[in-house]
Amino acid sequence: MIINHPLLGPRDAQEFTFLGDASLIDRPDWEAEDAAEKFYEYAYLRDNPAGLHRELWFHETGDRSWLVVTRNTLTHEITDVEMASDVARSKGRSK
Amino acid sequence: MHDLKPLTPLGSTTAQIDRFAGLTISECPDWALASLAARRGREQDTATAAQNLLGTALPDVAATATSGDFTAFWTGPQQWMIEAPHDSHEELATEVKSAVGDAASVTEQTDGWCRFDLEGTRCHDVLERLCNADTRAMTQGQVTRTRLEHLGCFLICRTKDAHFSVIGPRSSAGSIHHALTVAAASAI
Amino acid sequence: MSDNKQTNRLTGGQIDTSRSLRFSFDGKNYAGHPGDTLASALLANNVRLMGRSFKYHRPRGVLGSGSEEPNALVELRSGARQEPNTRATTAELFDGLEAKSQNRFPSLKFDAMAINDRFSNFLTAGFYYKTFMWPAAFWEKLYEPIIRKAAGLGSLSLQDDPDEYDKGFLHCDLLIIGGGPAGLAAALRAGRAGAQVILADEDYVFGGRLNAETHEIGGETGPAWTAAAMAELDAMPNVRCMARTSVLGAFDHGIYSAVERVSDHLAVPSKGKPRQILWRIYSKRALVCAGAIERPIAFENNDRPGIMLASAMRAYANRWAVTAAPRVAVFTNNDDGHRTAVDLLAKGVKVTAVIDTRADAPRIADCELLAGAQVIDTAGRLGLNYVKIQQADGSERTIECGALGVSGGWNPNVHMTCHQRGRPVWNDAIAAFVPGDTGTPGMSVAGAAQGDFSTASALQTGSDKAAAALHDLGIDAPTIELPQAEDTPVNLQPFWYVKHGKGRAWLDQQNDVTVKDVKLAHQENFRSVEHLKRYTTLGMATDQGKTSNMGGLAIMAELAGKSIPEVGTTMFRPPYTPVPMGTMGGRARGKHFHPVRETPSHKYSTENNATFVEVGNWLRAQWFTKPGETHWRETVDREVNAVRGSVGVCDVTTLGKIDIQGTDAAQFLNKVYANAFAKLAVGKTRYGLMLREDGIAMDDGTTARLAEDQFVMTTTTANAVNVYRHLEFVRQCLFPDMDVQLISTTEAWAQYAVAGPNSRKLLQKIVDPEFDISNEGFEFMACREITVCGGLRARLFRISFSGELAYEIAVPTRYGDALFRKIMEAGQEFDVVPYGTEALGVMRIEKGHAAGNELNGTTTALNLGMGRMVSKKKDSIGSTLSEREGLNEPDALMLVGFKPVNNADKVTAGGHLMTKGTPKDAEHDQGYITSAAFSPSLNSSIGLGFLKDGGNRLGEVMILTTPLTGADVEVEVVSAHFVDPEGERLRA
Repeated sequence: MIINHPLLGPRDAQEFTFLGDASLIDRPDWEAEDAAEKFYEYAYLRDNPAGLHRELWFHETGDRSWLVVTRNTLTHEITDVEMASDVARSKGRSK
Repeated sequence: MHDLKPLTPLGSTTAQIDRFAGLTISECPDWALASLAARRGREQDTATAAQNLLGTALPDVAATATSGDFTAFWTGPQQWMIEAPHDSHEELATEVKSAVGDAASVTEQTDGWCRFDLEGTRCHDVLERLCNADTRAMTQGQVTRTRLEHLGCFLICRTKDAHFSVIGPRSSAGSIHHALTVAAASAI
Repeated sequence: MSDNKQTNRLTGGQIDTSRSLRFSFDGKNYAGHPGDTLASALLANNVRLMGRSFKYHRPRGVLGSGSEEPNALVELRSGARQEPNTRATTAELFDGLEAKSQNRFPSLKFDAMAINDRFSNFLTAGFYYKTFMWPAAFWEKLYEPIIRKAAGLGSLSLQDDPDEYDKGFLHCDLLIIGGGPAGLAAALRAGRAGAQVILADEDYVFGGRLNAETHEIGGETGPAWTAAAMAELDAMPNVRCMARTSVLGAFDHGIYSAVERVSDHLAVPSKGKPRQILWRIYSKRALVCAGAIERPIAFENNDRPGIMLASAMRAYANRWAVTAAPRVAVFTNNDDGHRTAVDLLAKGVKVTAVIDTRADAPRIADCELLAGAQVIDTAGRLGLNYVKIQQADGSERTIECGALGVSGGWNPNVHMTCHQRGRPVWNDAIAAFVPGDTGTPGMSVAGAAQGDFSTASALQTGSDKAAAALHDLGIDAPTIELPQAEDTPVNLQPFWYVKHGKGRAWLDQQNDVTVKDVKLAHQENFRSVEHLKRYTTLGMATDQGKTSNMGGLAIMAELAGKSIPEVGTTMFRPPYTPVPMGTMGGRARGKHFHPVRETPSHKYSTENNATFVEVGNWLRAQWFTKPGETHWRETVDREVNAVRGSVGVCDVTTLGKIDIQGTDAAQFLNKVYANAFAKLAVGKTRYGLMLREDGIAMDDGTTARLAEDQFVMTTTTANAVNVYRHLEFVRQCLFPDMDVQLISTTEAWAQYAVAGPNSRKLLQKIVDPEFDISNEGFEFMACREITVCGGLRARLFRISFSGELAYEIAVPTRYGDALFRKIMEAGQEFDVVPYGTEALGVMRIEKGHAAGNELNGTTTALNLGMGRMVSKKKDSIGSTLSEREGLNEPDALMLVGFKPVNNADKVTAGGHLMTKGTPKDAEHDQGYITSAAFSPSLNSSIGLGFLKDGGNRLGEVMILTTPLTGADVEVEVVSAHFVDPEGERLRA
């Protein structure tokens, strides 16, 4: 597969390491009432869609950026690639 | 002055040179490296300070910039590697750090890497056996990080079609050298 | 001496008759010419019998003339280079070529296993499934060995492959797969437009069928026009013409793989040159110009040597100037088959008849035409002698011929268009499948591969499709002038198999599948085409059914009362053609299987008799054998005693080192380590435990604070890469606004542990005098940037893995070798020793330090005896889930030590702990041993392990059971800290 890196352009997926569902960005608040339940869901529950899937890829032999790749799991078509740090900020993550 | 004798990445006191028809592969141990990473919110300060030191602006994505002794190449978002002759800049990291102050993080990288230069008309024929970078399309001053012999290496185009540097992890210098020379024998 | 009687050689062709090449087949010598394949050369020498079939050991000859060949598989070359299952039709002849037939015993002409043919009733479809079901144990011991011997193809040399292989990467705007008329027209148009083009063809000459036909193109012969086109393309720097290169597969997003056979046409590859290269091609667009493959018609005994595709018979005559026999006949259902008769007549070969299934067959060739006739049987023990015909009026007669060309029409070569789940669609006009939606973005198809069979339409579609593909890329490719060429329409009446007779009619000759097998599968209710394939093995051989699938589908459709498109097709998958395993491996074999990482002391270690151990890619010294030492334990015990008694030095460069800087660096460490780091003083080092988010221990190591905003983290050797990736994840994905920068410095520094009671005294001779490293000036867990040996920048850490007074000293790697030697020299007065990873391991077990065996992916901080280290005052990765009830049971596993009750007994890692008197089963399992060693300090075997509620069971005697060896040993539960439990030595 070819991943169109937002900074570097098309790069072979062989240069990347796959982590999994981009929901791993949504780490719960440890001080919330239901933190235990939320962390359990965060660590263990995943959707397994046949179709569009947002997932995390690390450009291991590249610029070491984490990317959020939107990929169709049926066709491997990649419709969007974003810097994970931008996605994280857009979800309100900071320090 | 200390009395410890340095070894090259290939474990010798002199740099290794391999010659093929139309290609020379040289081990280049005489370069110092320091990484430079802008601190959060200090990107502009880093750029200014670095320009003052280097005499050229820090390069953009996938590019290099050279001025005098210094070459800077892009390694990641807001991250660069600075390269300078080892003899005159052995303590390059200290030099860069004193220039950028607390605007950026600087780390000595000199001996984390080994550098092999490929010079000659047959560069592409050898590199295409080793990595997926489209070297024929690379122009002078472009850099990419690529996988070569399973290792993440920087590949810098010093002169289009004629001169490339492979900068890879030093501990695997022997494997990188083996890959380069076997590929050269195979391709040339 | 070759017995040079090429009795079947004709005139003309693209062979160089001025030179002869000697070769042997089954030990007999023959001669051929440059330009020949092994198949054409054998036919020239009147050799039709080339092999025995897979299952029934039927005599077989050549069916095709290219990579589609199912039958003529030979063992090529001898010795270590012997290669089984090589198609004689693609093996280029070279001087000295040796080939052997396969799957026959004792000889090709008399094969004892041909007895299988008599028992064919038992060997029908599903034979294995039905026969060898019971008893299960018989399969491995009895059935399989016998079947393996009786059925099969060639044999391996069982020696190491002496050849080298390579890999590579190519980039292009347009990849053209196939160099026939369509591919050449495409390449000319794209090349002239300046696009980056790769033109690949599996053959050793370009031109495809232009080499095999007599039609003129632009007033020239096919080969002459091709030569001119190639001369132009070869001169274009933007076009790469790759002959002997098979594109193997279409992968995601324009990636294709291809194998280039660099040296297969040579007796031995030139020195340093690879035999083959596996290319990974990045294309922006791809154009499949893979042509078409003729399909046979099935009839009784249609597998005799001499019966071949009509197109192959024509190719042998026109390209290689060979006829399979002096007297030939043709069996066809279409006009194209008649061309074979025309061309062979033109070459002076006697054509006894053209048998056409169509009642209204046109007379095209100047020989006898039997319209509305069918071949119903054949005769000839090891090669065809005559065919039996049923004529239009129902009468039967025989026709003498040594070879029969069969044509059932042509199938577009859709293989490559199916790799991404593309499904071909039916085209009634040519009664064949053509590419449908290929499911492959960027791929288009031209020429015969999409059913445009005439030369003129191949040229036109090739040119047009190339321009369209480049147009997508914003490249304008002006129209090119195409030559005048043949434009004959297809004229065919579908005819798949002859129904007459009860004998066997072969569909898949490589896997010995007959029409009957397909009928049987249908009768047994295998209705899906995919089930049919697997049950009968139709199309499952190395040729992937290139010549056989259509026949099977047609019969299946007829039996099911459906149309062929309703039945559908099976999938084609990469690789298009078989590829040697060596090619897949490329340069990565033997000790170059993966890159090696050498430590800064590697040279010293090599010179000093070190035995090395692989840790990840690192080569680490395991121990340093001294003269006279006869067993590694002797060496390791000496090294341990020397360290504990005086001083030793060990290369610890391999531990991952990550430079962490930024104003939020301390806060960042607080997130990734379970214990607190924010308040670590500058100049101090702290042990850190890193958890995964699920609360399981991930890695550990020491982290030193060099400045307010700079730390150096160490990781275990094995986890360095994973930890770095994890830190980047935390930095970029979880806390994107933290001011923290990371970079690996693992190999920038040569780092050595100097350990033992005399380590300070030794280092005082190395460290420059302005740095106070006395116990007061540089206490336990201190760290500092210093200089050594008269001014070299260095780092010193007072940390201990061995439990002794110990330091780690680091200098830039280029000086590492010199520093190691300097330490050895300065330490002579203390009898300093170099020690390896084994002594390191023994000492850490003696000291009770957890390592990889304990951080094994299932253990928590609590299990490791570090439960209280997990700070509850802050959020860190894993802190919340480590509090889960299930991980905090009162009887949770705890890390403790074990000593044998009887000093002669051994503690074995992997053994399980049982309470005395309880059954030895999983239900009563109390824990397990993770690490064990012989401790020279205690003169006893010792171990570390996890025991339920271990902390409260010190002194208990348990049974350590090792089911693997059957050994049961009594062990006592003790503290994990065997040596210096109070930690006095390391603070001395």
